[in-house]
Amino acid sequence: MRLTPRFLLSAAAPLAALPGRAVAEGMPQLHFNDPYVQGQVVWGAIIFFIFYLLLSRSALPRVANVLKARDQRIKSDLDLARRAKQNADQAQHELCEARDKAFDDAHAIIQEIRDSAKKNIQQQVHETMARLNAEIQNAESRIALSRSKALSHVNEIATSTATALVEHLVGKADHQTIASAVERAHVTGDDHVA
Amino acid sequence: MASGSKIDALGQFELHPILGSFGETLKLSQSPLFMVISAAVVLAFLYIGMKPKAVVPGRLQAAAEVSYDFIHGLAVDTIGEAGTSFFPFVFALFFFILAGNYIGLLPFSFTFTSHIVVTLAMAMAVFILCIVTSLRVQGLDFFKHFMPEGAPMALSPLLVPIEILSYISRPISLSIRLFANMVAGHVLLEVFASFTIMLAGLGVVGDVLAITPVVLNIALTALELLVGLLQAYVFAILTCIYLREAVAH
Repeated sequence: MRLTPRFLLSAAAPLAALPGRAVAEGMPQLHFNDPYVQGQVVWGAIIFFIFYLLLSRSALPRVANVLKARDQRIKSDLDLARRAKQNADQAQHELCEARDKAFDDAHAIIQEIRDSAKKNIQQQVHETMARLNAEIQNAESRIALSRSKALSHVNEIATSTATALVEHLVGKADHQTIASAVERAHVTGDDHVA
Repeated sequence: MASGSKIDALGQFELHPILGSFGETLKLSQSPLFMVISAAVVLAFLYIGMKPKAVVPGRLQAAAEVSYDFIHGLAVDTIGEAGTSFFPFVFALFFFILAGNYIGLLPFSFTFTSHIVVTLAMAMAVFILCIVTSLRVQGLDFFKHFMPEGAPMALSPLLVPIEILSYISRPISLSIRLFANMVAGHVLLEVFASFTIMLAGLGVVGDVLAITPVVLNIALTALELLVGLLQAYVFAILTCIYLREAVAH
């Protein structure tokens, strides 16, 4: 043990290259009979033991508690965040579903409206057609009526015309004879036409 | 401490009684005083640092937590599962030595780790703790370690004494490593500081030359900061390694 300080000082001495002694009475640390050197061990043991007790019982658990609390806090915060994310994902999923459903519903409603409109139009068309047909038939029957009415007057007109002609030509006319002649002529004329 | 042409590099390690007659009776020197200061600084660092108990730590709290995590990681990684129970001891050792080394670098202070009795006492505490733990965990199997497995029986008269010697030399190397490093650093600082004073006495040329040791001392102080941390770390990790052997089956 005496070698170490001697070596150190012999290394330092040539560096200094100065007169005088570096070591007077050797190293004070090696004066083991010195009561203060011995006292150091006892005091050191007491101080270190108290230091150890304070550290292990009070100071270090304090640090450990803070670190543990932080770990728990972080863990719980992460859990919370994870749960919130799950909820958000679910909400988004539901939103998507609702949107799809609304889309389908809207389609169905549009289709329904379109179908009913089509049906309405068809019905209206039918009704209009039916009304028009009825009117056409009405008109036709009215035409036929007025035609037959007109035709029924033809003989009369022809008879009066023929009577007037005959009277003018001959001076005298038999109304009966002319009427029957017109009747006959009309019938044959009709045959010709037919 | 350098007077005239004499360099008293070792005077700084002398112990003087403090607190007058009270200190003389109880053999209180400046060494225990600085032990108390070191321990108080470490405790204050932890107590004041952890006072806010903030979830998001401030600087001092972060420093306290980092020091906790650093030694906790060291103890648990090296010793294993049982490291948790030894962690306060390793923490106390590391920060006691670190604070002692660093506070000893301040002017007018004292480095208690530069006393072999102090470092040897700490090393012996580790050594005894290791033996007690080994005997509790391994029982009498502990003594089997002194005969390496697979070695021929014929070599046992040679191997067993060597193993015992190497085991016993552990506290000695542990204590001398720290002690010698601290002494060497402080002797060098003292020697260079003395040079400055001596050169300053040589007139104008000396005044200029005296700057050199000051610059060197600044560099040495930086080196001492590294050595102080390194030695505390080495002491702590060797303690952990010895304890791992003690708790291993």
